[in-house]
Amino acid sequence: MASESTHAVLQPNVGTAEQHGHHSAQMPTGIMRWVLTTNHKEIGSLYLLFSLLMLFVGGTMALVIRAELFQPGLQYVQPEFFNQMTTMHGLIMVFGAIMPAFVGLANWMIPMQIGAPDMALPRLNNFSFWLLPVAFGILLSTLLMEGGGPNFGWTFYAPLSTTYAPPSTSFFIMSIHLAGISSILGAINIIATILNLRTPGMRLMDMSLFVWTWLITAFLLIAVMPVLAGVVTMMLLDINFGTSFFDAAGGGDPVLFQHLFWFFGHPEVYIMILPAFGIVSLIVPTFARKRLFGYASMVYATASIALLSFVVWAHHMFTVGLPLTAELFFMYSTMLIAVPTGVKVFNWIATLFRGSITFEVPMLFALGFIVMFTIGGLSGVMLAIVPADFQYHDTYFVVAHFHYVLVPGALFAILAGAYYWMPKWTGHYADETLGRWHFWLSVIGVNLTFFPMHFSGLAGMPRRIPDYALQFADFNMISSIGGFLFGFSQLIFVWVLVKAIRGGEKAPAKAWEGAEGLEWTVPCPAPTHTFETPPKFVPEVDSPSRH
Amino acid sequence: MIRLTFAAFLGFALLPVFGNVHASSINTSSGWNMPVGVTDISQEVFHLHMTILWICIAIAVVVFGVMFWSLFKYRRSKGAKSAHFHENTFVEIMWTAIPMVILVVMAIPATATLKKMYDTSNADIDILVTGYQWRWRYEYLGEDVSFFSNLSTPREQIYGQEARGDFYLVEVDEPMVVPVGRKIRLLLTANDVIHSWWVPDLAVKKDAIPGFINESWTRIDQPGVYRGQCAELCGRDHAFMPIEVKAVSEEEYTAWLASKRDAAMAEAQGADREWALDELMARGEGTYNTYCAACHQPDGKGLPPIFPALAGTGISIDPNARQAHIDIVLYGKTGTPMPAFGTTLSAAELAAVITYERNAWGNDTADSVQPAEIRDLLGSQ
Amino acid sequence: MSKSQSSDEGVKRTVRTTVWALLGMVLFTIALVPLYDVFCEVTGLNGKTATSAQVMSAQERDDTRWVRVQLVTRSGTGLPWRLEALDQVIAVHPGEIAQARFRFTNTSDVRSSGRAVPSVSPSQGARHFRKMECFCFQEQWLEGGESIELPLVFQVDPALPADIQTLTLAYTLYPMSEVVAQGGYRE
Repeated sequence: MASESTHAVLQPNVGTAEQHGHHSAQMPTGIMRWVLTTNHKEIGSLYLLFSLLMLFVGGTMALVIRAELFQPGLQYVQPEFFNQMTTMHGLIMVFGAIMPAFVGLANWMIPMQIGAPDMALPRLNNFSFWLLPVAFGILLSTLLMEGGGPNFGWTFYAPLSTTYAPPSTSFFIMSIHLAGISSILGAINIIATILNLRTPGMRLMDMSLFVWTWLITAFLLIAVMPVLAGVVTMMLLDINFGTSFFDAAGGGDPVLFQHLFWFFGHPEVYIMILPAFGIVSLIVPTFARKRLFGYASMVYATASIALLSFVVWAHHMFTVGLPLTAELFFMYSTMLIAVPTGVKVFNWIATLFRGSITFEVPMLFALGFIVMFTIGGLSGVMLAIVPADFQYHDTYFVVAHFHYVLVPGALFAILAGAYYWMPKWTGHYADETLGRWHFWLSVIGVNLTFFPMHFSGLAGMPRRIPDYALQFADFNMISSIGGFLFGFSQLIFVWVLVKAIRGGEKAPAKAWEGAEGLEWTVPCPAPTHTFETPPKFVPEVDSPSRH
Repeated sequence: MIRLTFAAFLGFALLPVFGNVHASSINTSSGWNMPVGVTDISQEVFHLHMTILWICIAIAVVVFGVMFWSLFKYRRSKGAKSAHFHENTFVEIMWTAIPMVILVVMAIPATATLKKMYDTSNADIDILVTGYQWRWRYEYLGEDVSFFSNLSTPREQIYGQEARGDFYLVEVDEPMVVPVGRKIRLLLTANDVIHSWWVPDLAVKKDAIPGFINESWTRIDQPGVYRGQCAELCGRDHAFMPIEVKAVSEEEYTAWLASKRDAAMAEAQGADREWALDELMARGEGTYNTYCAACHQPDGKGLPPIFPALAGTGISIDPNARQAHIDIVLYGKTGTPMPAFGTTLSAAELAAVITYERNAWGNDTADSVQPAEIRDLLGSQ
Repeated sequence: MSKSQSSDEGVKRTVRTTVWALLGMVLFTIALVPLYDVFCEVTGLNGKTATSAQVMSAQERDDTRWVRVQLVTRSGTGLPWRLEALDQVIAVHPGEIAQARFRFTNTSDVRSSGRAVPSVSPSQGARHFRKMECFCFQEQWLEGGESIELPLVFQVDPALPADIQTLTLAYTLYPMSEVVAQGGYRE
C-alpha cells in the first residue's frame, strides 16, 4: 500500500478544522510521519496492521505443520524444520499476533472510551511499538541462521533450549527481551492513561469493561513480564557464561525453569483472554440492546481470574513429579478458576436473555466466541483433573483445548472488535456479506481443525510430532483440511478491511443503535484528535454501572 | 450456529464408526476416546474421565441450550423488545454456588484416584528407565539386565518408499518385558534433555528429567503388548522414540531374564577373540544405523552445526586422533547431544562402530579397533 | 496536548509506582532462584537433598520397621569415569546410622574431576534422608587410572512417612573439568 493512500485513508481528517494548531508546518510527511507518530490512533493502527501481518506469518507456519501432518510419513519437511515451525508458530501467534492486536485495540479505544485526548505517554507509545518489528525481525531471521531457529517449542524447556539448543538461541532471547520490554512499556502507558486521564466525573466503576479488563491485564503484564525476562536471562547465562541455573551438572534444576516459565506463562494465558472478555462484554449488550448483566460481578470475576492465575501455574507440570500435596493444591486451585469464568459466561447469556437481538458480524463473532470459548473452558476443567491429565498431558487434547480458547476465543474476540470498531476507524461499515462469509467459513474451518484434535489426543497422539502412528491418520487429515480452510478464510478479512478503508456505507457517530460509551459520541471516522477538552460524563446517565 | 455446532459434534462422533481407525489401533482406545487400558488404575482413570466428560457435556447442553433459546426467542426480527433488568443477586449467588458444588463432586473421586497412583509401596520389581535422544534404556535393578530399546520402523516406511506396517512408529527392537500381576515400580530419569514416558494403556505418564529421578508404578493384569510414545518434546526425533511394554507370564519373564543375561555374556565373550576388519565393518554398520544415524545420518554427513559430519572430516579421518575418537564414543561430549556409550554398549559394538566410522564413506583410515582394546580401556565391568 | 497540570502529576506518580512495582518483580524473580532451593530442601520437592553434611538426628531408632535404601549410579556424559554402588540395596531401621560404599574409577590416564549429583525418590522422602558424610558435597579429583572407594554415611529420619518403604538414591556423575581425553579433540 502506498504511503500516500495509507495516509489518506487511515487518517482521513487531515486538514480539517481540528487539525490546526496541533500540527506545525514541519510535521514529517510520508513514511517518516508514521515512524515518528505519537498519535494513539495512528499507533493503534500500526499495532493492528503489524499483528495482522504476524497472524499471516504465524498462520503460514501453521499450514506448513498441517501440510506435513496431512498424511503419515515425512513428505514436505524434515523433523528439525518441523520443530522450528511449531516453535515459531507459537511464539509469533502469542507475542506477535494476539498480544499486539490487543495493545492496538487498547491504543485506539481506551483514550476514546475514557474521554482522554491521547495516551498518557505518547512518545513512549511510539517506542513500544517500534520495538516489535525489531524483535520479530530478529526472531524471524534466526530461521536463516546456521542450525536454524528456535526448535524447542514455544515453552522452550531447558535443557533442550540451553545445552542442546541451536546457536541462534541468543538471538531468540534478545527478541523475547525486546518484545517483553515493549509489552511492559505498553502496560505502564495503559495504566497511567486509565488511572489519570479519565474525563472528570468518571470513576473506576464507570469505565467500560474493555478498559477494566485492560487495566487488570496491564497489571498482570507488569507482574509477570519481569519473570519472563529473568528466565530468558538465566538461559542466556547458562548458554554463554557457564552458570547452571537449569543444569543438574552444576547443581541446577531443569524443573526450576518450568516453575519460573509457568509462573509467567499462566498469567500470560489470561493476558491473552481478559481483553477478549472486555470486547465481548461491549458487543453483546450492543446487539442485544440491553445493558450488560452484572457489571460489578464482571469486574470482580476478572480480578479474581487475574489473582487466581498466580497460584495455578503448576497445572502445566502435573507429570513433572510434584509431591502429592502439590498436585492436589494445584488441581483444586485450577478448578476454582472455573467459577469466575462461569460467572462471565452466565452474565453474557443473561444479557442476551430478554434482549432484542440482531446478528451483525461483530455479534456473530462475539457469539461464536462465547460458544467455542466455553468448549475450551470445559476441556480446561477436564485437564485440571490430575489423574485424567496424566493421560491428556502433552497430547493433541491439550492442543485442542488451548486452540479453542485462543483461536475462536481470543482471535474471534479481536475480529469481533475489529468489525465493531471498523466504522469508527475508517468511517465505513465493514461489508456485511463478506463479513458473514468470513465468520461462517472461520467457524467451520476452526471446528474442523480443532475438534478432531480432541479425539486424536484422547486416542494417544502426542503433540509436537511431525509423523504419527496410522490410527491417527483420519483425524489428522480432517484437521489439515480444516486448517487450510480456516487459514485462507482469513484473507476475506483483509479484503473486508481494504474495502472499508476505501469506501462503503458511511457510518454515523453512533454506528450501532445499541452501542454505549464515549467513543460513539465522536464522528466516524474518528478525527485525528478527539476529546481535546474532556467530554461531559454524568455517571447517573452514562455509566455502565448506573442504577 | 446451533445446528452447525451440533452437526459438527455428531459428524465427528459418528466418524469412527465408518472410519478405518480401528485397523491398527496401538492401544485399547476405541480410536477416538481414551483407552480403557489394562490396569486397575487405567480403568479408574478412564471412568473418571468419562464422568467428568459427561458432566461437562451436561453443563454445555444447559448453557448452550439457554443461550440458543434466548437467541432464537429474543430476535428483534420477531419483534422482541429488550427488558431493563441488569442484575439479580439471587441468580448471581446461585450460579457461583452451583458450580462450586459440581467442582467438589469432581474433586472427590479425582483425589482418591490420584492417591492410589502415588502409592509406589510394596513393589515387586524395580525398573530404571532412562530417556536418551532418542531411545529408551531399561535397567532391571538387581537383575543385572539392561538394554536399549530403539524404534524398529525402517526409514523406508517413514519416507514412503515401502508400505507402512500396522505398528508404524510404535514398534521397537527390544520391548520392556514384565510379568503380569506383579507391581512394577518405574524409576525414571534422562541422560540429556527431558523426556516423558507414556503408555496410555497403563495410564502412566511421567517425565524423565536429567539428573533427577522420578517414580511411578503399574500392575498389568492381561498379557499383551502395550505401546506408547515419548510425550515431551525432546528434539529432532521426538516422534521416533516409542515404548513397547510386553506383559508375559511369570515363567516367560524368568526365562526372558535368563536369555538376556546369556546374550549379554555371549556378547562380552566376543571381546576375547580377534575380529577381522570385514567382520567389524559389518557389525559396525548395524550398530551405527541403530545408535548413530539419527544424528550423524546414514551417509555420515551429519546435520551441522549441531550434529557434526563424520564422513571425510574431523577425528574420523585424522590418523592421530584415533584415541580421541574412541574417547568421544566411550565417554560422550559434555554440552552436546553426544552421549557416553562406554557404559551402555558392548565392547564388540563399540569397537565395531568406531572401526566403521573410520572406514566407511571413503574415510579409509584402515584403522581398526579390537573389542579387547575397548574392554581393557573400560576395565572389567 | 492539552493535558491538565494535575493529570501530568498523576501520570508521573503512576509511572513512578509502576516502575517500582516492576523493579520489585525483577528482584522477586532473582530471589525465586534461592527461594526455590530453600523450598526444595525444606519440602523435598523434586527429590533434592541437602548440599552439606547434616548432623545426626538424636531420635530413637525405630526397630519396628525396615526401610529399603536402593542406591543407583549413572555416569554422565563427558567424563571417563566409572561410578559403582558396591552396596546396591541396604535395609535400615529409621534412626539407624548406616554406610554405603561407592567406587570411583578413572579409566583414562589423565587427571580429571567430577561430581556426583544426588536425587532421591520418592521426593517426599528426600528431606528425611540425612547425609552425615557424602562424596557429593564436593567435587572429586582422580589421577589417571586411579580407583577409590568412598563412603556415604546416612540416617533415615524416623519421621519418614510410614507409607514409604523404599527410598531410591540416584547419583549422576558429571564432569567438573574439561575431560575428553589426551591429545583431545576440540571443535
